[in-house]
Amino acid sequence: MSEIPGELKYSKSHEWVQINDDGTVLVGITEHAQDLLGDMVYVEVPEVDHEVEVEEACAVVESVKAASDIYSPVSGIVTESNEALTDSPELVNSDPFGEGWIMRIKLADRADLDALMDAAAYAEHIESEDH
Amino acid sequence: MPYIPHTEEEVRQMLDTIGVQSIEDLFDEIPASLRHKKLEGVPTQATEMEVTRLMHERAAKDGTPLCFMGAGAYDHHIPAAVWQITTRGEFYTAYTPYQAEASQGTLQLLYEYQTMMANLNGLDVSNASLYDGASALAEAILMAVRANRKSKSKRILMPSNVHPNYRKTAEAIVSNQGITFEVIEYDQASGCIDPASLPAEPGDFAALIIPQPNFFGGVEDVNVLTDWAHEHKGLVIGVVNPIALAVLSPPGDWGTSGADIACGEGQPLGIPMSSGGPFYGFMCCKQAYVRQMPGRIIGRTVDLEGKPGYTLTLQAREQHIRRSKATSNICTNQGLMITASTIHMALMGAEGLERVALVCHDNTRKLAEKLSAIAGVDMVFNSAYFHEVVIRLSAPLVEVMNALYAQNLLPGFALQDDYPELENCLLVCATEMRTDSDIDTYVERLQSIMENMK
Repeated sequence: MSEIPGELKYSKSHEWVQINDDGTVLVGITEHAQDLLGDMVYVEVPEVDHEVEVEEACAVVESVKAASDIYSPVSGIVTESNEALTDSPELVNSDPFGEGWIMRIKLADRADLDALMDAAAYAEHIESEDH
Repeated sequence: MPYIPHTEEEVRQMLDTIGVQSIEDLFDEIPASLRHKKLEGVPTQATEMEVTRLMHERAAKDGTPLCFMGAGAYDHHIPAAVWQITTRGEFYTAYTPYQAEASQGTLQLLYEYQTMMANLNGLDVSNASLYDGASALAEAILMAVRANRKSKSKRILMPSNVHPNYRKTAEAIVSNQGITFEVIEYDQASGCIDPASLPAEPGDFAALIIPQPNFFGGVEDVNVLTDWAHEHKGLVIGVVNPIALAVLSPPGDWGTSGADIACGEGQPLGIPMSSGGPFYGFMCCKQAYVRQMPGRIIGRTVDLEGKPGYTLTLQAREQHIRRSKATSNICTNQGLMITASTIHMALMGAEGLERVALVCHDNTRKLAEKLSAIAGVDMVFNSAYFHEVVIRLSAPLVEVMNALYAQNLLPGFALQDDYPELENCLLVCATEMRTDSDIDTYVERLQSIMENMK
């Protein structure tokens, strides 16, 4: 069973969302997702100031097995991208909930957060996908 | 001798096993409206004797006219060794093999090709080729729209002096993807893009296309154009003639930071004109954009024992991995044409290509000077040119051309259908294949026809 931190929110497409007091959210992919994808070789992060919508494909993670889109779990404006991933894509594997974060988004509408799952619901979601 | 491996009986057995009446039944889920009834003009069968005769007749239609026509396909010398080596059993296949890594020789050749192309274009990487120059431009446009993350417009600035067929092909391929074209008109005096005519505030655009040389043979002010596009956050796509690159500055050196993508038609490098194909397209780009590049890319690596080996690389861009999000539906390359081109470039060397380019230019200069000395023939544009120029006749062009065709001479490409403002104008070319005596023949015949028409 992979780690699912209780303080985060989750999307069906396996992104995690950390809600901050300043109206921004930090987004990455879950430990479960990186485990499915395998060793990362390249991460394409979004441009800062890029305006994203919910479920917009705005980043790409490329592993030795596949390349997958990362979908924005919320709408808003990208305020920061994790440039460290350009040289060290493996951070997504080694620390998916920490140094392997992908982007910071300034929320356009807090209501977007209501559609996301909590840790328990996400655990069930993974369970149901496995079957 | 039958070339179909299954007997009628075997086919019957297979159909019975899966429970259908005929092979046609296997396709019944395709709606009738989408089915192609019959290939018009294609007989159901023909004997080898009949096919051979037909092919000889068709090939003979090309003839061996004295050729002063370019316009995208060029009559260059191909050393005999090129196709002698290309058609050896080890090389002679039209296709990149499946299980590509089993064919190290093919991959090494493609790697050498990529290295030569990247050098010629002054850019970091090359793919293993595309179908032809026109579709390579379409792919370059799609690539630029993906790669330019500063632009949201999908707007492409397309000069009117890019090859008309390339423009039509590009529009046909990309316009269903919401990409729009804005035409930049060429300058009437020079035939080139006048940098002064470019808008100070062009708005958001994904890429500017720069032909070098342009369709009229003119040499563009690539440095100024490249810097202008980059200043306004657009990418630069160079559409280039590979022979011209032996003497003109390569796309990677244009302006302060170089063109981002270069593409073009590879035919001048060892591919015969043969009724218009098969040709091949080439494409190079800066390292930063390689993940947006379409097509196959061969990389050099080492195996477990540290020995060098070749492999398909960056495959996550391609259809078999990326599915509908792949960079392109192109998942092959023009293998045999590339083989010939690579051998051609290896035989010519950088110095050989440069000599070809210089002789082409020199011959075209002689041709232009002699033709424009004829009464009723004038040069149309005043720009520097590579190996093509535009002349205007004071006589009806079609009649003059017909008279020259009758003397087994291809006088050039008539521009008036694509460019109504260039009535009675002819795009002429003299490659290294044209001798002084060939040029004099053209001049004398044209002069005599023009005099008779007075």
